[in-house]
Amino acid sequence: MMSTPQTLYEKIWNAHVVEQRDDGTCLIFIDRHLVHEVTSPQAFEGLRVAGRRVRRPDLTLAVPDHNLPTTARLDANGNSIPIADPESAQQLEALERNAPEFGIAYINATDVKQGIVHVVGPEQGFSLPGVTLVCGDSHTACHGGLGALAFGIGTSEVEHVLATQTLQLSQSKSMEVRVEGELGPGVSAKDVVLHITGVLGASGGTGHVIEYTGAVIRALSIEGRLTISNMAIEHGARAGLVAPDDVTFAYLKGRPMAPKGDDWDAAVTYWRSLATDAGATYDKVVTINAADIAPSVTWGTSPEDVLPITGIVPNPSSFADPSKQAAAKKSLEYMGLTPGTLMTDISVENIFIGSCTNSRIEDLRAAAAVLKGRKKADNIKWAIVVPGSGLVKQMAEAEGLDRIFMDAGLEWREPGCSACLGMNPDKVPAGERCASTSNRNFVGRQGPGARTHLVSPAMAAAAAVTGKLTDVRTLMA
Amino acid sequence: MQPISSVKGKAYPLGLKNVDTDIIIPAVWLKTISRSGLGKGAFQTLRGVAGNVFDDPAYAGAPILIAGDNFGCGSSREHAAWAMADLGISAVIAPSFSDIFSGNAFKNGLLAIVLPQDAIDRLMEVAKTDDIHIDLETQTVTTPFQDRFAFEIDPFRKHCLINGVDEIGLTLKSSDAISAYENKISASQPWLSPNQA
Repeated sequence: MMSTPQTLYEKIWNAHVVEQRDDGTCLIFIDRHLVHEVTSPQAFEGLRVAGRRVRRPDLTLAVPDHNLPTTARLDANGNSIPIADPESAQQLEALERNAPEFGIAYINATDVKQGIVHVVGPEQGFSLPGVTLVCGDSHTACHGGLGALAFGIGTSEVEHVLATQTLQLSQSKSMEVRVEGELGPGVSAKDVVLHITGVLGASGGTGHVIEYTGAVIRALSIEGRLTISNMAIEHGARAGLVAPDDVTFAYLKGRPMAPKGDDWDAAVTYWRSLATDAGATYDKVVTINAADIAPSVTWGTSPEDVLPITGIVPNPSSFADPSKQAAAKKSLEYMGLTPGTLMTDISVENIFIGSCTNSRIEDLRAAAAVLKGRKKADNIKWAIVVPGSGLVKQMAEAEGLDRIFMDAGLEWREPGCSACLGMNPDKVPAGERCASTSNRNFVGRQGPGARTHLVSPAMAAAAAVTGKLTDVRTLMA
Repeated sequence: MQPISSVKGKAYPLGLKNVDTDIIIPAVWLKTISRSGLGKGAFQTLRGVAGNVFDDPAYAGAPILIAGDNFGCGSSREHAAWAMADLGISAVIAPSFSDIFSGNAFKNGLLAIVLPQDAIDRLMEVAKTDDIHIDLETQTVTTPFQDRFAFEIDPFRKHCLINGVDEIGLTLKSSDAISAYENKISASQPWLSPNQA
């Protein structure tokens, strides 16, 4: 007898059900838990107060990333430089104390393996296809690029996972976002996910787990797939998924925490079985043609406010929905933009290349390819490149990318979340614009009053060269 | 979690859509290692604007917030729910919520009530002058003007909210089932125990 065809999501979900209650809620086992310093202190405190232990410290990995300054961490004598901000320092100290107290592996701030949790997990082979993976951070969806069912959770859920290695969950609906065709020159994974967010809207994926499929997704590297899945949350999805394939296995093989020997072979056999079956159905299907995707940029304060770089700032009255008209009006006031302005006429003063969306080696190569032999424009006051991890930094330096950035007048920094959310000293000044490779253009996200335009690494590099939002294709030979 | 079965009182008629958690509580406030005291930073950027509902004496101390589509989108920070609770808000009514925020709200006994846009529009009007009453037991929102809007809620969440259930304590009762699952998986998929060498 044939079994019912299942989607990738259904297969992973079904493989992790510990118990199902009559109302359909399931107790789901969590295979991997990443912990950082911002959303964990209250969870550890909760465990202490209740006298509870961490059930599976071996499935848990702690890394600081949000608060760390991206300036030098060691002085000339190799000693750690203390963090100046007392509150950031206190949060770091709490994680340094909590990890050993509860028996959790901890990568410290000066370890070459340190980086943004969502860069470290895949890089170490901690994140694997077919696993359930959580972290107290909404961009956890990122790991779906490897085929992990990965999603962000709040601190109460962090505490719940620490104590029980499970979560009480209801199954989400499923959505397929199929991207067909072939990407044009200068169009990257970031442009694809910005375009998808523009099409679906910021809440288009709410209540769904999205599987990204189609020729464009299959042709992407793991770095590109991680970029796409990373921003699943920006169109509201609980998680994003890309089916694991040979590209995935080649990326993972030999990673420090990935399976070895016979285990590797058994794992690959299992991972191959996870692909969505022929005949399986999704609750919703959206098809996108790659030919419609240009290098993209945001104009407003929601990630759904996406335009091709060839576009013009929209008039709020052009939106059908009255609540969107009101939101667009507020966004344009905040962004200091006038309807009808060419996007390529908008000057920027700041450049941020980094974040869990775009700080992997491929991202840095794409930015460096544009910057090679060029200089930043005079009106660019602040331009930083923040690699996603110490290992990315090392690799980039071995390839000479750091020299290209510095020769162009950009700063080469230490790894962390940095100006994506400005919990550390890296902030965009009020009223100034930033061409940023991060994931959110929310009001005040990069600092109070900061104006963010989300772009790809190549587009951020192009903006650095010209001092305004620029179609990177015009700089390509 | 404290049991909660109804909320009655004034409501902030915010109405805005895509209220992200950076708006509810900016990142600068996330450096705390405690759950309390975040009300001071709640809706900071909105409160910087003259005429905002949060500083309007007409709504002072309101236990309910009325918002637009996709409330609580963005960052997973539970500080958003903590900040709202610290501000004295016990319930939010909106056409939709982000998945993570509605989970965080539930864990903190903050009601996230979903009603269609036309009901929201009506409640925004009522809130300008009168109280709104949310009853979890009957799953209704009512006004002094005979308005009555029914809402859906996950039965498990309803049970936990009304009884103030400690969810971790509840899950720990399933420890044997979790152990059985772990044993099954360590036999069939041994690679899932990572080599932390």
